[in-house]
Amino acid sequence: MDTLTAAGLVAGRRARRRREVRGLVGRRLLWTVPLLVMISLGLFVLADASPFDPLVGYLGDRYQFTSTAQREAITAALQLDQGWWSAWTAWLADVALGDLGHSRSYAMPVASVVAERLPWTLLLSATGLVIAVALGLAGGLVAAFRPGSWVDRVASGLALIAQAVPPFVLALAAVVVGALALGWFPAGGARPVVGAVTWVGVAHHLVLPALVLGVSQTPWLLLTVRAEATEALASDPVRGAVTRGVGWAQVVRGHVLPAALVPLVTLVGVRLPELIVGAVLVEEVFAWPGLAAALVTSARTLDLPLLAFLTVTSTALVLLGSLLADLAYLAIDPRVRADD
Amino acid sequence: MTDKLARASLVALGVVVLYAVVAPMLAPAAWHEVSLAAARRAPSWAHWFGTDNAGRDLFVRVALGLRVSLLIAVVCALVSTVLGVLVGTIAAAAGGVVDSVLMRFTDATNALPHLLLGIVIVAFFPGNLVAIIASISLTHWPQVARIVRSVALTTHRMEFVDAAYLTGASRGFVVARHLIPAAAGQAAVALVLLLPHAIWHESTLSFLGLGLAPDRASLGTLLAISRGEVLIGGWWTLAFPALALVVTTLAVSGVARALRHRFAPQALARVA
Repeated sequence: MDTLTAAGLVAGRRARRRREVRGLVGRRLLWTVPLLVMISLGLFVLADASPFDPLVGYLGDRYQFTSTAQREAITAALQLDQGWWSAWTAWLADVALGDLGHSRSYAMPVASVVAERLPWTLLLSATGLVIAVALGLAGGLVAAFRPGSWVDRVASGLALIAQAVPPFVLALAAVVVGALALGWFPAGGARPVVGAVTWVGVAHHLVLPALVLGVSQTPWLLLTVRAEATEALASDPVRGAVTRGVGWAQVVRGHVLPAALVPLVTLVGVRLPELIVGAVLVEEVFAWPGLAAALVTSARTLDLPLLAFLTVTSTALVLLGSLLADLAYLAIDPRVRADD
Repeated sequence: MTDKLARASLVALGVVVLYAVVAPMLAPAAWHEVSLAAARRAPSWAHWFGTDNAGRDLFVRVALGLRVSLLIAVVCALVSTVLGVLVGTIAAAAGGVVDSVLMRFTDATNALPHLLLGIVIVAFFPGNLVAIIASISLTHWPQVARIVRSVALTTHRMEFVDAAYLTGASRGFVVARHLIPAAAGQAAVALVLLLPHAIWHESTLSFLGLGLAPDRASLGTLLAISRGEVLIGGWWTLAFPALALVVTTLAVSGVARALRHRFAPQALARVA
């Protein structure tokens, strides 16, 4: 390769970059699969060690009215009496063949539970994320433009305080204000109890949970955008551009916004666990028929096939998110090296 | 600015702790008792925070809940910090394969969604205090381990450590006498930074009905009860436990931030 010309240098650097990225992706994926397998194993071992009888979770109140013979029959039918090793290997073999198993708490295949609930979770999380990004960007930029002004103080102060409010408190407060005091929005569910499912009906139910999820993710984003934008505004290029008479709109588009958008990239990776936990709490409080609520239900009733699938997939999502964030960093910042 | 904030946080934390310790002791015995005649009273001069669905005074219940939540948080932060210090210093002193295996394990643990694992662990052992503490502690030590390792690595390259090895000191001796003391400051700051996380985790788990039994007061169980109460107008069952939770978290974070500012300006950015 011609390393003496500028074009050759760039080409060489690009090739090295590609090798680095391939190596990073390969290493991470190599780690991910054994990690996920270990997590599922840990899950089955813990479930076996648990003093909680999965039959109680399965039968609920009916457990007390079930005779010993019936209990034994159900235990045998559901194969609840096998040890962790045989239960885990059987589950693993089924999953490897594409069979996710049968959810005891929802009395249908795990695949159907996921197919039924995934769209609701995606709808809620996506709307919440859009709200968080909109609020965080707008608030952070406005605060950065007038540092020390009352707008900045209110925005930053609110963000700092909101960081200390857990999502479930926010959700309960939203129910009290939005559903009970004002009566504008329903307190739970995702669609009217009777009648057909309409877009308007769903949107009406979506407002409170999506707002809560969005607002609970805003503070961190707002503070980061504010910090990045403040730094960009004080940088030499911006001062130079302003001195040369470049318009503010162009300065913001060319210098401030790109800097403020960096936190959005990390949002994908680093904040994914918080988003998942936020979704769990919001879905739980608002009785939203999504996957996060199913996770809590499956954990409470020891519905192992569903719980194992949801835990392993959400861990995989988190790991994938952090990989994507690292790749995005590599793409944005040429100084970052990919050798972990 | 930071100084004023730190002082305010310290005062707020003092007030919270004082309230948690003293209020239940000074309150009349009747305020602890279940009394359906006094159930669901709004805040008044007789009951400042109102009463819950069983007629217990919430001024006392919130203080009792704070005690439990703070105690769990302190124990969890301590256990995580000790685990993190041990892993970090041993990795730094051992080096080589041990170091990379330990750090891989640390990264793997850190990559897992904390609260998710917490929910799973606690669901399997419902109402078990040890399970709650384990679920929080076992997921929060990696950040401490990373910071401690970087400090310990620097110390391990110092001449006095070489001198210790030359005079025949074992790795265990170096870890105990040189590396752990060197990392103690960072570890202390990490401990305080972990406290708000631990408070959050406990209250979240209890709120989901997976943590402490509902009759044991903690900020989480009080808020779980309020979930039903707010629907029939009992706003105070939500407002006061939530206020206690938010004030405590803000105060502890404020103190932690001041400590970090003072002792570890750069290294701890990731823990918060």
